[in-house]
Amino acid sequence: MSVSTQSPAMSRLLLLSPVVLTLLALIAIPLGIMGYISLLPRNLYGGVDWQADWQLQSYVKLFFQEGFDGELELNWVYAQALLRSVAQAGGTTLLCFVFGFPVALWMTGLAPRQRSLMVLLITIPFWTNLLIRNYAWLIILREQGWIAQSINALLPQAGGITLLYNDFAVSVGLVYSFLPFMILPIYSTLEKLDWRLVEAAYDLGANRWKALRRVILPLSMPGVIAGALLVFVPSLGAFITPAILGGGKTLMIGNLIQQQFGTARNWPLGSSLSFLLLGILMLALVLYALYSRKTAKTIRRGAAA
Amino acid sequence: MIALHLKKLPLTRETSLLILAYLYLPIFVLIAYSFNANRSATVWTEFSFAWYARILANPSIQTAALNSIIVAGIATVCATLIALLAALATYRPFYGQKMVEGGINLPLILPEIVTAVATLLLFMALGIKLGLLTVIVAHIGFCIPFAYLPIRARLNDLDKSLLEAANDLYANPWQCFRRVTLPLLWPAVLSGAVLAFVVSLDDFIMTFFVAGPGSTTLPVYIFSAIKSGVTPEINAISTLMLVISIVLVVLSFWLGQRGKAQTR
Amino acid sequence: MEHRASVEVQCVSKRYTDDPDVAPALDEVSVNIAHNEFFTLLGPSGCGKTTLLRTIAGFEHVTSGEIRIGGQRVNDLPPFKRRVNTVFQSYALFPHMTVAENIAFGLEMQGLERKAIPARVKEMLALVQMEHLARRKPAELSGGQQQRVALARALAPRPDVLLLDEPLSALDLKLRKEMQVELKRVQQEAGITFIFVTHDQEEALTLSDRIAVMSSGKILQIGGPNDIYERPQHPFVAHFIGDINLLPGDLRRGHDNQSLFRPTGLNVDIPCHPHPRFGSAPVQLAFRPERSKLVDPSQPHHLRAVIEAVLYVGTATLYQCRLSNNAKVMLRESNEGLNGARTVGESVAVHLPPHACLLMEA
Repeated sequence: MSVSTQSPAMSRLLLLSPVVLTLLALIAIPLGIMGYISLLPRNLYGGVDWQADWQLQSYVKLFFQEGFDGELELNWVYAQALLRSVAQAGGTTLLCFVFGFPVALWMTGLAPRQRSLMVLLITIPFWTNLLIRNYAWLIILREQGWIAQSINALLPQAGGITLLYNDFAVSVGLVYSFLPFMILPIYSTLEKLDWRLVEAAYDLGANRWKALRRVILPLSMPGVIAGALLVFVPSLGAFITPAILGGGKTLMIGNLIQQQFGTARNWPLGSSLSFLLLGILMLALVLYALYSRKTAKTIRRGAAA
Repeated sequence: MIALHLKKLPLTRETSLLILAYLYLPIFVLIAYSFNANRSATVWTEFSFAWYARILANPSIQTAALNSIIVAGIATVCATLIALLAALATYRPFYGQKMVEGGINLPLILPEIVTAVATLLLFMALGIKLGLLTVIVAHIGFCIPFAYLPIRARLNDLDKSLLEAANDLYANPWQCFRRVTLPLLWPAVLSGAVLAFVVSLDDFIMTFFVAGPGSTTLPVYIFSAIKSGVTPEINAISTLMLVISIVLVVLSFWLGQRGKAQTR
Repeated sequence: MEHRASVEVQCVSKRYTDDPDVAPALDEVSVNIAHNEFFTLLGPSGCGKTTLLRTIAGFEHVTSGEIRIGGQRVNDLPPFKRRVNTVFQSYALFPHMTVAENIAFGLEMQGLERKAIPARVKEMLALVQMEHLARRKPAELSGGQQQRVALARALAPRPDVLLLDEPLSALDLKLRKEMQVELKRVQQEAGITFIFVTHDQEEALTLSDRIAVMSSGKILQIGGPNDIYERPQHPFVAHFIGDINLLPGDLRRGHDNQSLFRPTGLNVDIPCHPHPRFGSAPVQLAFRPERSKLVDPSQPHHLRAVIEAVLYVGTATLYQCRLSNNAKVMLRESNEGLNGARTVGESVAVHLPPHACLLMEA
């Protein structure tokens, strides 16, 4: 603890003020404005009526619409997009786990140098342009691409399968985009795993699959859950992948939001959609926090025993 | 190294190699096509730099590239400076530290589409005209955590007695920072700055929303070009961007390793 | 040379929390350290010796009390304004600077004339015999060499006081012995007060002019090595420095006004010189294993004992014995005369000459 001439609290405040002001200006205040706009009616020119009283119309519109007789009826348009997004994100998470876990497991068995090379190889795609990487899939999956060509040559009776502009293409793109987020957390828990426990399982007569299911998998759960969160969150808010690889029919919530600020020019609805998205993510984060508190407790109890 | 064979479950190796192929195949396909002389891109005719020559001569790509570099450059410098100050402040525990650090990492958690839309609304509400400036300001926000994390990690690893030794040898806090803390942090600062630069250079969503006419960056240009179809020009410019990102990330990784070796 | 104290620590306490249940790191410590003294703070880990050193250096604020260096109150001075330098346990050499740059650092910060710096650096390098390695980086040096650079760097600004925080603990035994000699030489050549922190009692005895033995944030005894070893005033001090046997009992006066100590449960009176402060309070008798003599069991007025274990340690043999009141004592006999090996189960008598007997509060 070095002693400086200024009081440490004072200098800390000075050092922190730029970041705090930036965060306030670029996150807190914009979200506040968005919240405010979500409570306003839109005006005729596509903006919002700043003078109007607060109302909840844009939230009601997410699920209901006014019927011909003025009654509210259920409106499935946004709910469907929402469900589709949740399903896509959930499916992406599951696929990332199925493909990511073996990779993480394999990496732990490598020599240290190879391991850090693998970590670098897994990390590099994350740092490269998401847009371009999705575009690369567009090249691969398009009708003139060799994959589609060869499938259709092999199965002429299928009548021309298209691989692009559907849920399949979006899944390929999402898994591709976020797979590293699953592999790396699982790898870091597996790396710290006490492999003597696995030996013990073998010793007690478990075969490899049983050891995997009963010992390795449960012990790597913290990494799996963290990875699931890291994949689920950006998948749910994905915009680029469905915009490039999905057709007009496979809208996800991110694209709906974009539409409200683009062609549809309905800012209040776009804002309420954004808050709906944030709400779901918040729920996922809270569940994650509860989970990690629980595991922390169990681990503490285990250490105390 | 106990029980190495226990870790080797069947099919993990095959799956891993397949996944690696999955991760890198699209990148290689893209690169390969960018050198294909044939415009239709389905047939390989011969190796050619023609598309690179074309994009380098294309004035709208030149403008977009210049915009990208201006935005990434300024945003990186600002974000790294802010992150460095924040890292120095959060280095010792204090009340509210968790909250501040959580706030700094917020841009990593929030869906970018939401932050982008909210930032757009901020500029609209304030009546600020969209342009290069709005893009730069918006980029600073999400660049901060990328610059902050490596600096913070290095500060954590820093032997605190080095700072005490400087203090003990008559260095006042500023001299201590200038002569000891900063030189030791420098590789991490550079590594963080490079990451911030890459992230800013690659950003599409935020820029897409807050860029005005004339402030288009390369990713936004590429997006609009993609919308009108696959062309060899896009392949070439995309390849260039990928290569720049990969080189920069490897550079940052190397800087990080060097910094680690130095503080030990 | 003036003879007033170089460092005065007056009633210094240090608490890290306000919780009264947590013992303070320093509990009203007072000590005066003279000019050019090699003063050692000795104690087990967690006894507060390093904390005391760090309060003198200025890395820690004191909770109460006063610290003076060269007569000036320094409580509120930051480390960089105290004419005190530290040799750190981890050496804390700046990894990005060469050996010469490390040594020059303090001089530059002090604002020494640029032209004068190289000469001083050279002088310091010569003092620690490191001239040939001036251009190396710390990572390219061995532990002992790093140690020397750390010493040179701390001495270069010519501080009033040099603080050394367990500087030899990272070295292996042989190197440590060499560096001990080196430290003593450098201290004498530089003519600077050294305050040295260690948990190694032998190191403390070898190097120090005076030693303060600390435990639980308090100084238990201050004295020269000889004092501390021969006349420990506290059972902790006696135990911490060397081996000691303790026997509870009481003190009484014999007919010729001689003080006699009778161990509890034994029918033997041991003549001794009591410290005047002991009345008839319960006391204990302390004696070093090597200060007792094993004699023929037939003689009277001696402790009777049975040997339970024999430990050969080269220059001497240690006997673990049980007295007839079941107390265990450790006795040491030099192997020099080779008075014939004693064996387990043998009965012996223990003679304690009066000068070997120390009395302490029970």
